[in-house]
Amino acid sequence: MNKINVSVNGVSHQSEVEPRMLLVHYLREALNLTGTHVGCETSLCGACTVLVDGQAVKSCTLFAVQADGSQITTIEGMATDGKLHPVQEGFWEHHGLQCGYCTPGMIMAAAQILARNPDPSDEEIRHGLEGNLCRCTGYQHIVQAVQCAAKKAKKQ
Amino acid sequence: MAEKYFGKRQKRTEDPRLIQGLAHYVDDIKLPDTLHAVFLRSIYAHARIKSIDTSEAKKAPRVIAVYTGKDVSAKIGAVPCAAALPELKVPDHRVLATDKTYFVGHPVAVVVAEDRYAARDAADLIQVDYDELPVVMDEEKAAQGGPVVHEQFKTNIAYKLTAGEGDVEAALKSADKVIQQRILHRRLAPIAMEPRGVLARYYPGEQELTLWTSTQIPHLARTQIALMLGMAENKLRLIAPEVGGGFGSKLNVYGEEALLGWIAMQLNRPVKWIETRRENIQATIHGRGQTGYIEIGYKNDGTLTGLRYNVYADMGAYFQLLTPAIPTLTGLMLSGCYKIPAIQINITGVFTNKMATDAYRGAGRPEATYVVERALDLVAAEMGKDPVEVRRKNMPAPHEFPFKTATGLFYDSGNYEGALKKALDMANYTKLRDDQSKARKEGRLVGIGVSTYVEICAIGPSAATPAGGWESATVRIEPTGKVTILTGASPHGQGQETSFAQVAGDELGVNINDVTVIHGDTAIVQYGIGTFGSRGTAVGGTAVYYALQKLKEKANKLAAHMLGVENGPVDFKDGKFSKDGKSVTIQEVALTAYLGKNLPADMEPGLSAIHFFEPKNFTFPFGTHIAVVEIDRETGEVHFQRYVAVDDCGKVINPLLVDGQVQGGIVQSLGQALYEEIVYDEQGQLVSGTLMDYAVPRASHVPWLELDRTETPTDVNPMGVKGVGEAGTIGATPAIVAAVVDALSPFGIRHLDMPIKPETVWRIIGKKGAA
Repeated sequence: MNKINVSVNGVSHQSEVEPRMLLVHYLREALNLTGTHVGCETSLCGACTVLVDGQAVKSCTLFAVQADGSQITTIEGMATDGKLHPVQEGFWEHHGLQCGYCTPGMIMAAAQILARNPDPSDEEIRHGLEGNLCRCTGYQHIVQAVQCAAKKAKKQ
Repeated sequence: MAEKYFGKRQKRTEDPRLIQGLAHYVDDIKLPDTLHAVFLRSIYAHARIKSIDTSEAKKAPRVIAVYTGKDVSAKIGAVPCAAALPELKVPDHRVLATDKTYFVGHPVAVVVAEDRYAARDAADLIQVDYDELPVVMDEEKAAQGGPVVHEQFKTNIAYKLTAGEGDVEAALKSADKVIQQRILHRRLAPIAMEPRGVLARYYPGEQELTLWTSTQIPHLARTQIALMLGMAENKLRLIAPEVGGGFGSKLNVYGEEALLGWIAMQLNRPVKWIETRRENIQATIHGRGQTGYIEIGYKNDGTLTGLRYNVYADMGAYFQLLTPAIPTLTGLMLSGCYKIPAIQINITGVFTNKMATDAYRGAGRPEATYVVERALDLVAAEMGKDPVEVRRKNMPAPHEFPFKTATGLFYDSGNYEGALKKALDMANYTKLRDDQSKARKEGRLVGIGVSTYVEICAIGPSAATPAGGWESATVRIEPTGKVTILTGASPHGQGQETSFAQVAGDELGVNINDVTVIHGDTAIVQYGIGTFGSRGTAVGGTAVYYALQKLKEKANKLAAHMLGVENGPVDFKDGKFSKDGKSVTIQEVALTAYLGKNLPADMEPGLSAIHFFEPKNFTFPFGTHIAVVEIDRETGEVHFQRYVAVDDCGKVINPLLVDGQVQGGIVQSLGQALYEEIVYDEQGQLVSGTLMDYAVPRASHVPWLELDRTETPTDVNPMGVKGVGEAGTIGATPAIVAAVVDALSPFGIRHLDMPIKPETVWRIIGKKGAA
């Protein structure tokens, strides 16, 4: 067992984990943050995307021990003081989700796109979301959601 | 009723939990003391199991139990198939393999341990001694002879079925020309983003089993699993919690669901199994899987005389819930949106050493639409006519509805030309063709594909379905005035928590935020059928509508009593009953109904109503899809220039949700047309077994979709809604394939089989040189 220190959504955690424990299982099982989903276990679908030190990372292919010392944001940490993050608002307003399973990962990936480029084109959004699969929406409403979030973020 | 919500682009009430990571899919439900199950699956497509040694696995750390087919086969009933066809050969489908394995992914043993890592480790310690057997992979060859999948049947043919009306032989003889084409519908994986999962808990005191499972059909699954486990149906509570997509793959009853329940009862501890993606592609049903032969006859003026489709339908090794029935739906829809006097389908259902096929979004109907649309394009190409002209020539006019097809259906309502015209106008079709000619002169490969489709939805009348085609709803107003709807349709992403609340909001004059829609829990919700076949709104929503009418009737009587006008009419508007300047709100009426002190003499207390809606027919939505593509000569890649779709699903409750359904469907179609394919090699190994190899479309593959609608209501239900869940997967595939074929027509190409990969296109360009 290895000791790790992580800050998740602003809360510090010290845990003992098996070296092989995946970060996504640590978040879901040890911290009970079940908003981060597992869709493929092979870093192809992006459902498990979280931010590790500000970088969008697929938490199914990172060991929890690799995240030692880092700041992690999961979907549960996106809304602040009861106010939704602009990306969450965009997804809601533009029907950027149907079954909702890919949505937390999509939102985290979209947040990263906007952090890097506050005014992305349709093409840049689609390129930025290439690591995230959605089987329900056909992506169009997701693209619109991200565009909407970009506008909202600018106003803030 | 005041239409405050009906027709509005209402954002969804279910979204706040989903966008904040607060929803509960099966794996998010935690129970103390839960064990985890991991399956060991066959690595061979066909093998005799000589022995299984589980001793090492049983000794492994934290392992509680290991079960094989020998342990459970006599205790758990067969995995059910609800399709009844004449002389159907039904293999005995046990939850775990017994003497043989029949496909890669066939479950052989299950390990139960304190956590999933320990269970996974122990699964590797199980020693299975296999004798490999010859495999049967190609459905067409398998039907002709050679090795057999199931020895006891002495053949791979599961059934043969002929359907259709009119003398096809004579119709084809009377044609001026008959075109023939072999056509493939590859196997596809549904790939719901949430894989399957089951959590089972047994309460020994109550002798009650609760199963949380990711399903589209909670009640039907409860009935079937109770039968498999030999337990009373009312001692099994089945809960479909948040369900992360289905697309037909969860319109089923799987062996794992019953087995997990059985294990929970054996061990008296909760047990959970979450499917991995690899298992999902191996052992969750596949869709499509047909090799067919089209014959279409037509007169010199383009009038169609007859259509025959001889098809080998790949069943896989076993039947799941509806496996053999799916190709029969293909037969039903072979008329497309055309007048074809004689139609015949000859189905040969064939066993192969693969996972079972079953309903995948569209379920047999995309195959039909693809067949008839490809056939029309072949006729147009042969005649040297525009594909639009050939379509127009054969469409029934709006006044010809209800329209009887030679497949035995009555299309309820339609204006096919209307949707076609709108789409052509949106796309500026004439200019598109002009631009295409110019582009061709410049050596560019531009193609335009048009598909005019009709689909069969709102499934369906009970007489035409294996297990009841009705749907149920309970509506009640609680003492505090809040509205609760219990729907038997169990949505899983379609947004019915919102659209049903919209209907109730208008009918009762309440805010939709005061309406809660509950579904998926058999202990709470009255028996229902489920969400599939584009039936959620057209059948389930109609049940809600009728329950609301019953509820309003009672509320009206009580309001009249409260207003002192026992027999006279009262007005109802915006949630208020009024007469002669006096009024009571529907919330006040509800409270009065529960207090029970001031009711008319013949009235029962309480305010709720239940309705089971039996539709008198299917509904038949339709539309036109137009794809415009350009092919990269260097790489063979297909790039979209435009994608235009006009869909008609009758009246629309929430256009935002309808757009979402259409867009998602089109993109699944796009995947089928260009990328997706389940590939087994000659040894039966699944080559496309991960999302690296199985190419689900990504955001960058998808063009901007230009959507519009026409609105032709149905009289099958009072709201005039038809259903839209599968429209995109039915209308889009033929348009995209036609566009690519059209782009390559200068090379003499008239048909290409899906998925049309860059390599195929590149080879055509390379081989044929400059056109």
